[in-house]
Amino acid sequence: MFGWEFPPHITGGLGTACFGLTKGLLHQGVEVIFVVPKAYGDENQQAVNLVNASEVSIDIKNSIYEDYWDNISYIEVGSNLVPYMSPDEFYNIINKKEQTVSSTQESVLSKTYQFSGKYGQNLMEEVHRYALVASTIAFQNNFDVIHAHDWLTYPAGIAAKKISNKPLIIHVHATEFDRSGENVNQTVYDIERQGMEYADYIIAVSNLTRNIIIERYGISPEKVFTVHNAVEPSTRSDYYFEEKHVKEKIVTFLGRVTFQKGPDYFVEAAYKVLQKDSNVRFVMAGSGDMLNRMIRRVAQLRISNKFHFTGFLDAENVDRMFSMSDVYVMPSVSEPFGISPLEAMRSNVPVVISKQSGVSEVLKYALKIDFWDIDAMADAIYGLLHYDALSKMFVRYGKDEVDNMKWDNAAKSVKDLYIKALN
Amino acid sequence: MRSICFYFQVHQPFRLRTYRFFDIGKNHDYFDEFQNRYIARRVADKCYIPTNQLLLELIQEYGSRFKISYSISGTALDQFEKYTPDVIESFQRLAATGCVEFLSETYTHSLSALKSKDEFTTQVLAHRNKIQQLFGQTPTTFRNTELIYSDGIGEMVAEMGFETMLTEGAKHILGWKSPNFMYCNSINPKLKLLLKNFQLSDDIAFRFSQQSWEGWPLTTEKFVDWINQIDQKQEVLNLFMDYETFGEHQWQETGIFDFMRALPARVFSHSNFTFNTPSEVSAALQPVSAIYVPNPISWADEERDLTAWLGNDLQDEAFDAVYAIEHKVKAINDFKLIVEWRYLQTSDHFYYMCTKWFSDGDVHKYFNPYGTPYEAFINYMNVLSDFIIRVDHYYDNVPLKEKEVKKKNIAIKEISKVTKSKPATQKSAKPSVSENIKPIKTTTAKKKDTKPKKDRE
Repeated sequence: MFGWEFPPHITGGLGTACFGLTKGLLHQGVEVIFVVPKAYGDENQQAVNLVNASEVSIDIKNSIYEDYWDNISYIEVGSNLVPYMSPDEFYNIINKKEQTVSSTQESVLSKTYQFSGKYGQNLMEEVHRYALVASTIAFQNNFDVIHAHDWLTYPAGIAAKKISNKPLIIHVHATEFDRSGENVNQTVYDIERQGMEYADYIIAVSNLTRNIIIERYGISPEKVFTVHNAVEPSTRSDYYFEEKHVKEKIVTFLGRVTFQKGPDYFVEAAYKVLQKDSNVRFVMAGSGDMLNRMIRRVAQLRISNKFHFTGFLDAENVDRMFSMSDVYVMPSVSEPFGISPLEAMRSNVPVVISKQSGVSEVLKYALKIDFWDIDAMADAIYGLLHYDALSKMFVRYGKDEVDNMKWDNAAKSVKDLYIKALN
Repeated sequence: MRSICFYFQVHQPFRLRTYRFFDIGKNHDYFDEFQNRYIARRVADKCYIPTNQLLLELIQEYGSRFKISYSISGTALDQFEKYTPDVIESFQRLAATGCVEFLSETYTHSLSALKSKDEFTTQVLAHRNKIQQLFGQTPTTFRNTELIYSDGIGEMVAEMGFETMLTEGAKHILGWKSPNFMYCNSINPKLKLLLKNFQLSDDIAFRFSQQSWEGWPLTTEKFVDWINQIDQKQEVLNLFMDYETFGEHQWQETGIFDFMRALPARVFSHSNFTFNTPSEVSAALQPVSAIYVPNPISWADEERDLTAWLGNDLQDEAFDAVYAIEHKVKAINDFKLIVEWRYLQTSDHFYYMCTKWFSDGDVHKYFNPYGTPYEAFINYMNVLSDFIIRVDHYYDNVPLKEKEVKKKNIAIKEISKVTKSKPATQKSAKPSVSENIKPIKTTTAKKKDTKPKKDRE
């Protein structure tokens, strides 16, 4: 399995999902070789056989690799297109690119290969160098199925498949359309599409994503299966619990402050709620390229003494934040799945989520709104804050609902797919 | 008589510590004790102590021929008392020479003149008391935070009995006029105005060590040459600058101390200038005309306006928010709360939120402990949010009568009766607002403040 981030080095939903799924698979009796770009040394290794990709040596002379060196040079050609753009376009693209990568993968990759962190030609080189490593690993290990998570590892999956002739399953946690709206990066799109075409089966984290794969990438529907994410069961003692210090109720947004997550709609909804009810505080936890704009907007609306920013929060402070929250809002413009509302519910926080999220397909005890409908969002927040019957019901049943979303179940579906692929 | 009028600004803000959202409602410790102490000590060693010593020696050498003036903010004095008492003593030695004038300003170097007359006058009186207490002088000359001035502010200052006020000789208000005369306020001509000659002041304060500047290196010979080129009819040369110019902004290695040491001798031998304090100049000269300043000016940046502190959304929000609680803070009338509220008014907090990086960004960055104006804003608002929670909490316990009085007329300073009915943790009575800032006239009241303060921790 080509995955991302293992505890304790989790920075986003992707790592959480990889870890949960891997544990579920182990329960199902599946043996997993988990390949990550960089093992820090203190990962939780009891469950899996963790292979650190940077420890694998590569014999470049071997002809099988040349394919991938070709790919690197191909990418360099592609990047020569940049100078023909206007400086503005170039700037925008670079920014957009940084934004997409920083999401989940940047921290991992940059630590591994010490590349520039820019999502230009260098990242593409890394992706293909990683594919080289993958083919070596495919040589050195015995396995039956290849499972690759998200586009950065698709070339690795393809390489492993070419070497081993074993079936390839790719797991789509997000597509370029989620990350960038309609301004897709063609190179990324091509890699995604190539991965989907090479794959024997495709796992989508939601029907929403499945539809995108079918419609936008032209993939045959029979190949694409939806396996919803799950969440680790809560063990109280694991979670930081802290009484809040303010008497007001707290409404929280937690995530990257980027276009995809819809932070601007949260600010506007907060403003509407505060007009009616001053006994509430809003918190935007996280960082991202839209943060400064949000701060300015909040100042402009004159609500900064009731609307707070925390910057990026680490895992402990995320738990702390949840334990202080009364309502959690995920107003994502586009969210293939969205694990964070499940984490909130697990901490007994009722949630408001956008209909444009995969997680809304599986949750019953959550208020669902269109991300752009700030009136509905304000209404939902107000309702959960003031009508105790509603929030109590959501907390009680929501917790059960989340506790029943087990990775074991998701892993079972994945395992069935493995078996299907082998036959 | 032609005068050189030196005025040095001494100011240190109480910088905020990193204050997270999680601290709100829990932690009421706002100020970065370590950093404030560290900076106070560093600047004392590099600037205040050696420069004071140098100027003291010059005064001793030339007797009453060499004179200077200072404006020291109340926050700076509080820090000196707390962290570097040797600086206070050193200023006291200067005060004892009789050649040094201490000016009046707002206690916490605040922008209150733009927002609240009541707060402004209270702070000015508090600062005046402080100066009397420490240096045995009663200031008659006023200088507002960052030399901010407008016709209206001048009128307020005149009303308080000040005779003279200092401000910037901004081009856009002077037009063809020269800053080297004395002017007066356009509403109340009794208030005389001394205007900074920013060209020659900034030659020392900003350009002294700038090697790309055509005047570099600046020698006393060259400088006295320049001042001799000033038309003989022009009466006063106002050299206003931050005191930290000496040793802190311009390091000792640049020769700034040597420049200053040699300056008086050269002025005496090669020019017809004398050194005088603002009040001396004011008494000796006649104002040549009134100056019209409908919109506030300051000594900052190219624009000489308020945009370093106010104007962007972040600054305006924070500024309005801190003054929106004025009537509550005053109704509660608690020593600790009022002191903290005043420290939060210090202009530097708003300066850190300035977003105009391009023209004067370098200067701004130098003085800014935050990476970005956004961080500055978030940190300040987090602190203020906690402060507002505390204020609202105590305010709930303030008798209704007092609330109404404060709301109706914030200018009323004496609150006659405060019921003492509430138990220990509640609000306790204090006879008057003006006592809350280190009372001088009635020093006995000071001690009384310590106990209720503890109760509210």
